[in-house]
Amino acid sequence: MSEKVLMKGNEAVAEAAIQAGCRYFFGYPITPQNEIPEYMAKRMPKVNGVYLQAESEVAAINMVYGAAGAGARVMTSSSSPGISLKQEGISYLVGSDLPCVIVNMVRGGPGLGGIQPAQSDYFQAVKGGAHGDYYLVVLAPSSVQEAVDLTMEAFDIADMYRTPVIILGDGMLGQMMEPVQFHQYKGRNLPAKDWATTGTNNSRKRNIINSLFIDPQELENLNIERFNRYKQIQEKEVKFESVNCEDADVVLVAYGTTARVAKSAMSRARAEGLKVGLIRPITLWPFPVQVFQQVARTAKAFLAVEMSMGQMVEDVRLAVNGLKPVYFYGRTGGMVLTPMAIVEEIKKISGGEKND
Amino acid sequence: MNCTHEIVMAGFGGQGIMFAGKLVSYAGMLAGKEISWLPSYGPEMRGGTANCHVIVSDEQIGSPIITNPTALIAMNRPSLDKFEDTVVPGGLILTDSSLINRSVKRKDVVAIEIPATQHAIDLGEGKLANMVLVGRLIRETGIVSLDILKEALKKIVPARKQELLEMNIKMIELGYNG
Amino acid sequence: MTKVFEKPKALCDVPLHYCPGCTHGIIHRLVAEAIDELDILGKTVGVASVGCSVFSYNYFECDMQQAAHGRAPAVATGIKRVHPGNVVFTYQGDGDLAAIGTAEMVHAAARGEKITVIFVNNAIYGMTGGQMAPTTLLGQVTQTSPYGRNAENQGYPIKVCEMLSTLEGSAYIARVSVDSVKNIRNAKKAIKKAFETQIEGKGFSLVEVLSTCPTNWGLSPVESLDWLRANMMPFYPLGIYKEK
Repeated sequence: MSEKVLMKGNEAVAEAAIQAGCRYFFGYPITPQNEIPEYMAKRMPKVNGVYLQAESEVAAINMVYGAAGAGARVMTSSSSPGISLKQEGISYLVGSDLPCVIVNMVRGGPGLGGIQPAQSDYFQAVKGGAHGDYYLVVLAPSSVQEAVDLTMEAFDIADMYRTPVIILGDGMLGQMMEPVQFHQYKGRNLPAKDWATTGTNNSRKRNIINSLFIDPQELENLNIERFNRYKQIQEKEVKFESVNCEDADVVLVAYGTTARVAKSAMSRARAEGLKVGLIRPITLWPFPVQVFQQVARTAKAFLAVEMSMGQMVEDVRLAVNGLKPVYFYGRTGGMVLTPMAIVEEIKKISGGEKND
Repeated sequence: MNCTHEIVMAGFGGQGIMFAGKLVSYAGMLAGKEISWLPSYGPEMRGGTANCHVIVSDEQIGSPIITNPTALIAMNRPSLDKFEDTVVPGGLILTDSSLINRSVKRKDVVAIEIPATQHAIDLGEGKLANMVLVGRLIRETGIVSLDILKEALKKIVPARKQELLEMNIKMIELGYNG
Repeated sequence: MTKVFEKPKALCDVPLHYCPGCTHGIIHRLVAEAIDELDILGKTVGVASVGCSVFSYNYFECDMQQAAHGRAPAVATGIKRVHPGNVVFTYQGDGDLAAIGTAEMVHAAARGEKITVIFVNNAIYGMTGGQMAPTTLLGQVTQTSPYGRNAENQGYPIKVCEMLSTLEGSAYIARVSVDSVKNIRNAKKAIKKAFETQIEGKGFSLVEVLSTCPTNWGLSPVESLDWLRANMMPFYPLGIYKEK
């Protein structure tokens, strides 16, 4: 195991990608994720990889498409407005069943928005974002170490199920430094990419990377096949952390950096004698539905906390399915939550003063 | 009770605020503690005030954002104005009195005003006032030992700037012993 | 019996979907012949675009990728960067290349991306039913310039070869036509030269092929060829614009 190093979240994600075998990066600068392309520009030439600054996010995601179609481990990164520009390409990647990793260090929106951390791209990442019937695997690290571990795994998940995977962070995660360790990347047993356009070498049938299917029956069949793969992902790839839920009256639900704030709030609330737990979805899609079903038997209420006007809370409601009330508290536009404010919300719920 | 230091360092861009924060973070890591370092970023950094939040703790760190620091290093007047009231009662405020033309108003904190920039100029490099303040910070708070701080410095000063190492150490010692 | 004519190996044995009299078929054949003659089929990867040639991934006997509208040069860049030893070409129409995909095209050329672009210019949007293209001539009537394109409202047609040849990264830029046997032969030469430019690692290559659209021009195939010569050629002069 390597020694601990102090790294920014953005740099750590970039290094993790390289250690997981990613050798192609196409991107375009945007705050607050610039350390990713900068790091790639420095490191890629030293590992015989390619860093290319595209003319736009649109071009970058299409370069990713070409490289993924050619069989490479490839990544792009951006922040909210740039991710919106990539949506067309993401839909085509899905439609052509191409694996890749896309990092979104989310900032406040809509529009040009701000540059401070936010979680207001949850819907975009989890519910589609571009056109067509599809999901993306969405991983939400809450520490720099977890960002490293999940980035490495993201490439395996992408290759295994032939799907783009999103790393959904935020400006805080990207900018903050924490100690990290780069564990030896092991990797899963993955199917060969015999579908890639590498040139036929006159020795096999030609490969076609394509998302155009004029015959509706053919397209429906392909979509159903893709959703069968999604079902496997839902069965095998769900990740979450649950803390203190056994005796909890109020269960906080938070992901990413907000889950850290929620943890601090939980500790404070517990110190004051309030029975508070936490569920932290690590995979936002697939959403960890089952744990909510379990915890809903004993908990009295759920409180989703997010840096948004309330997006993940909808999935919490679907998962809790009416068994218990689900409350929401959030800040938006780049404002971050404080543990004290969350404790206040918990008290309001316990005192019956908050509406769900 | 666990020990958690929440330090806000603030000043103008170019005063080495980010570096000072990284140094303390790195030292904390070498000392086997949990640490986080969070910078201000974006246009805020361009010519305006820069700040970073450093947490050094015996326990897992929740939010890396500091609302109420246990210690503040203010290297210019706007930073003191902005953060003075946020420091916890009983906390520490360190200021560079060479550059700040007022005293700390709070009576419920430990306020130490050091002419850090003047000291640094006297020692030969005015830009290293940040190190003078960091030296004093660790003496007052005991976040890490002086030795670990020096060890951290050796690791984070880039190879091409090793000639600055000695000067940095002198500044830290000045602050620590001053 | 001696065989005097056969399908190039690089073309699939399937019927093309193009309208009668359309010159896409000829251009496909020229590309395929060039691939055969250079013996590069096994290492060629093509990129189909959006427009009439959207199905071209079904027509070339090499690995193919289908790109989003306008993005073929970016997709080709991704492929080429992963496999520099492959020969990568895009096949794009005027709307795809000179309207929605202008940025991708210009920057691929500026980077000197070692890809070959086959640019089919027929001065109209064929696939969507005859709307104005960025290369539609002044005065030309289309579904969306029903009174004839006028500069005041719709601006001027774009001369792609002239524009791209100013960029340092472009290595071979030529405009050809497929209106006559002589011009078809020249077109073939240019396409082959473009592939060679890529193989030799010289930089970006593009061949603009003036083409017809009898269906949307509302002319017979023969009249279309006459119209091309009378109207397109004076505004889009044939020739080699750049050769490194």
